[in-house]
Amino acid sequence: MNKNDKLGFLNIDTSLYQTRISNKFQNRKPYKPVNPKIILSFIPGTILHILIEPGQIVAKGDDLMILDAMKMQNKLKCNMDGKVKSIAVKKGDKVSKGTVLLELE
Amino acid sequence: MPVNKKIREFQEKREKALLGGGEQAIEKQKAMGKRTARERIMALLDENSFNEYDLFVEHDARDFDMDKKSLPSDGVIIGSGTIYGAPVAIFAQDFTVAGGSLGLMHSRKITKIMDHALKMRMPLIGINDSGGARIQEGVNSLAGYGEIFFRNTISSGVIPQLSVILGPCAGGAVYSPALTDFVFVVDNISKMFITGPEVIKTVLGEEISMEDLGGARVHSEITGNAHFFALSEEECFEQIKKLITFIPWNNGQKARVFEPGEPKPEYNINKIVPEDPTLPYDVRDVIRAIVDNSDFFEIMELYAKNIVIGFGRMGGRTTGFVANQPLEMAGVLDVDSSDKAARFIRYCDAFNIPIITLVDLPGYLPGVDQEHAGVIRHGAKVLYAYSEATVPKLTVILRKAYGGGYIAMSSRHLRADFVFAWPSAEIAVMGPEGAANIIFRKEIMSSVDPDGMRKQKVEEYKTKFANPYVAASRGYVDAVIEPSETRKFLMHSIEVSENKDVPMPHKKHGLPPF
Repeated sequence: MNKNDKLGFLNIDTSLYQTRISNKFQNRKPYKPVNPKIILSFIPGTILHILIEPGQIVAKGDDLMILDAMKMQNKLKCNMDGKVKSIAVKKGDKVSKGTVLLELE
Repeated sequence: MPVNKKIREFQEKREKALLGGGEQAIEKQKAMGKRTARERIMALLDENSFNEYDLFVEHDARDFDMDKKSLPSDGVIIGSGTIYGAPVAIFAQDFTVAGGSLGLMHSRKITKIMDHALKMRMPLIGINDSGGARIQEGVNSLAGYGEIFFRNTISSGVIPQLSVILGPCAGGAVYSPALTDFVFVVDNISKMFITGPEVIKTVLGEEISMEDLGGARVHSEITGNAHFFALSEEECFEQIKKLITFIPWNNGQKARVFEPGEPKPEYNINKIVPEDPTLPYDVRDVIRAIVDNSDFFEIMELYAKNIVIGFGRMGGRTTGFVANQPLEMAGVLDVDSSDKAARFIRYCDAFNIPIITLVDLPGYLPGVDQEHAGVIRHGAKVLYAYSEATVPKLTVILRKAYGGGYIAMSSRHLRADFVFAWPSAEIAVMGPEGAANIIFRKEIMSSVDPDGMRKQKVEEYKTKFANPYVAASRGYVDAVIEPSETRKFLMHSIEVSENKDVPMPHKKHGLPPF
């Protein structure tokens, strides 16, 4: 063991252990609960068509957008009944996985 | 004389073939800091031991003007030789010939030497340095990869398979190394990925360098695809040679036995482990205090450092070590460390190498990310690997062995053959603080001085349960031993396990949770 080791503490079952903390642990993303009203891209790709407008009433199963990804034209379907509050992307945008596409209310 | 003429003709032909892609291409290879394929083989094998085959093999592709192109040896060198006298089959892709691209004949040369290695039951070493599939040869090239993957799988667990990444290894090509036992990478030279930076940029708009995407460090520290990291090809070859001395030639044999030697006195086993179970130390020093000549050959040194795996020798016999590392993340089991340990345990079992497990862990790493990453099924791999392993299994509990971690780390219940515990061992359902908080919740809550009461109850629990004697009284621990007796006990245990024979129920194969 090197005297210059940077040591931190890890809590396991209420005991504090002195130890090195890995980068992976330090950089982990804190958990956020899923908000069903915010539609995220499930795959990286390009927005080919936007089929709805802000304020439009939508039903579960309606097509919202066409996302061109992995050599496929993927239909983004609505996951609940509601109203389109806002659209966060425009036609032709390249989106990565997890990008906010639109919000329902 | 006519005979001499024919020999001279042959010599000229051979000289030409031996040059591979020609002097210009060789210069380019050197400019990248890389040796040529043939130089690599010569550096790795014992002097004058290499027999080359298929030097004159060439492709017969016709499309895209390929019929006008000559590719010497079709861009790969195959043959057999020895390393410290051990027979090995070897192939090395020659980047100077069409970028080492894999066409049908190229793949047939590789599968030829793979078949040879399996038939002769000798280790196979593959040196990868290739731009990928030879696009001009189309589906034939894909067929070639498939034939290689199939053989990698069939040979798995029969002969040792080593992959050395000394250049690009991209696309489908990565799956041959991924199917083999050990992958060696070299800083700034090795590049492995399924889709390269250009595709990622086009599709996703994300920019990343080859090195950051799939360089040697990435695969050694983050992905866990590589087992050995070196700063130069030379260092890499030394690692390969050393590994070859530790492993048997095939699964029907045991590793060669070397002259035993005592551990170095600078590793004083009585002084390494602090008494306080929350304080760290480097468990590799404990291993070095036990193994012959204090020579511990670590595997996956940079990945999931909270568990340590590698080879050492006990009385001259190769032994696999698995040890919790309190210095890193308190030595917890998590997704990555479970994968790392489980695969190594299965390697040792496949190749008749006894396993020594050193235990000092507080349990599993808590967290949403761990649960969602599947710590249940990944953690289960460790239980599976230890339970199914029939090689001698020796366990030393150095300090903490709490809860599920105690069971997982080669406990008696998973059929460890010998379980030893140091007097500092704490074999319990959980750490004293956590346990006291649960068991004595009422007393603590109703006390006028809850903190004082908690401390008192923690002490009470420590005295009663944080020791090796409860487990020893049940026979779960075979012997409580002093640290200084560890080597003696382990050496004896390995000696008497030499002919271990455990019948297992008949099955086609089990279903480990991968």
